Amino acid sequence: MTDQAILPRPTLGGAPARARRSRWVEHSILPGFGVSLGITLAYLGAIVVLPLIALAIRPWELGLEGVWHALAAPRVAAALRLSFGLSALAALLNAPLGILIAWTLTRYDFLGRRVLDALVDLPFALPTAVAGIALTAIYAPTGPLGALAAKIGIKTAYSPLGIFIALVFIGLPFVVRALQPVLQDLDREVEEAATTLGANSLQRAVMVILPALAPSLVSGVSLAFARAVGEYGSVVFIAGNLPGKTEIAPLLIVIKLEQYDYAGAAAIGLAMVAISFGSLILINLLQLFLARRGKP
Amino acid sequence: MTVEARPISKTRLPGLAALLVLASAIVMAVLVLAPLFVVFGDAFSKGFSKYLASIRDPDAVAAVKLTLLVAAIAVPLNALFGIAAAWCIAKFEFRGKSALLTLIDLPFSMSPVVSGLVWVLLFGAQGWFGTWLIDHDVKIIFATTGLVLATILVTFPFVARELIPLMQDQGADEEAAALTLGASGLTAFWKITLPNIRWALLYGVLLCNARAMGEFGAVSVVSGHIRGLTTTLPLHVEVLYNDYDFVGAFAAASLLASLGLVTLVLKTTLEWRHAGELSANRRH
Repeated sequence: MTDQAILPRPTLGGAPARARRSRWVEHSILPGFGVSLGITLAYLGAIVVLPLIALAIRPWELGLEGVWHALAAPRVAAALRLSFGLSALAALLNAPLGILIAWTLTRYDFLGRRVLDALVDLPFALPTAVAGIALTAIYAPTGPLGALAAKIGIKTAYSPLGIFIALVFIGLPFVVRALQPVLQDLDREVEEAATTLGANSLQRAVMVILPALAPSLVSGVSLAFARAVGEYGSVVFIAGNLPGKTEIAPLLIVIKLEQYDYAGAAAIGLAMVAISFGSLILINLLQLFLARRGKP
Repeated sequence: MTVEARPISKTRLPGLAALLVLASAIVMAVLVLAPLFVVFGDAFSKGFSKYLASIRDPDAVAAVKLTLLVAAIAVPLNALFGIAAAWCIAKFEFRGKSALLTLIDLPFSMSPVVSGLVWVLLFGAQGWFGTWLIDHDVKIIFATTGLVLATILVTFPFVARELIPLMQDQGADEEAAALTLGASGLTAFWKITLPNIRWALLYGVLLCNARAMGEFGAVSVVSGHIRGLTTTLPLHVEVLYNDYDFVGAFAAASLLASLGLVTLVLKTTLEWRHAGELSANRRH
């Protein structure tokens, strides 16, 4: 490694012998740049880049038309619509729920606040398959909440509503954790000033607090959305998995693989990555816009 | 969150405050806490002896062992990578750093199923290297190697994401001082860098391990669900559940839920005790 050469006698200031590297790397007297970057690139290449190249290339052996047919097939199109639609709805419901919980956790002191705070991470900590069968047990027609809903004629498990509930569960921590630091740092003097100027609590919430929260709210909601789109374990048990009705896109990838339709599976996988990536770019733009507007 | 910032308890609307706290508690209880109770409730629904029998079942024991094995390979590898990546990204200035950061983050935004799919595309029977592997009698998909690869990809960023921001904050001054005083690079790393990042490293390893042991979607794709051979504990839960062995499924799930709870307690303890030594944007 080139940087080993200067190891024994590190000198402060210039190191003319290393000038040839300086176009890419700024000079530092610390050793190990070559080794650590080498390990990083090799590992990243083998674990992330090579597999993603396979994902990007495999669908096209069907040809452009073949990929289009694979994605536009009614069953696939329905699964993509369901996954992205329900994920968006679930992420949107996470916004008010997340504001509520983040607000109470940061603004009020009450018995059990710390426990409640720690429990927010439970959907992260609980393995998805565990959450999946537990949610199904609760919302199945024989389960406690499922039976309750069935009484008023609402089908929860094995319906899109069941998928929706699982996606709300999995997305909630993202929104709460995005909002908490902002609510904690929010300058209370601004709120007090608004009150002094005659704003009531509703006006204060809508015109002072919400604009300050908006950028982090958008980022929390978009993280919840991204997670929900790809979610498998917590959804697949409660979904019912009826083709065209309650079949999510990740499940369809699994089914295509079981039929040894690698290219078809890769096409759905690539489409999911592309749509997620596209929506994240849109969300980033929205966030930039909101952050600029939030500034006085 | 942070310990120092105590919430403000004085509010002009105590009635409203009580109402909001109650509403939050109800949302959390119904949405988040209920599944946890159901897992343990259903696991013990047929009595303790039935629970014990489910846990001691040879397939369950094999699943636990496989889960531990996969995590024991995947977590240290990702931890080593995390340290290497954090070292070059935080201590040096070079071109292409932000592209590198984006690539490291990428597995977080991939569906677990896609994280399994990509390995099948490479090493499956009809994958790029499929024929070669069959010719040389190497099994990756539907074998432990595939489970390890899928787990590594899913848990790839955990340690790196924890260490990079922290080490960027800490800078390279202390190590540079040690080197100037004649310490070797390795000494500087062992005596300065590692003690500085130990709690963050533990935090990252903790989250990485929890995800590695609990991962379902990615390993489901590469496993083939061969009972007692390629079923990790989460897959064992699925197999039993689909066989209508609900007590068995929830008993196995209770082990995973306990893992989640222990992780949560340790993680919260680390956040309370060592908040200053963890990176600021640790949530993802």
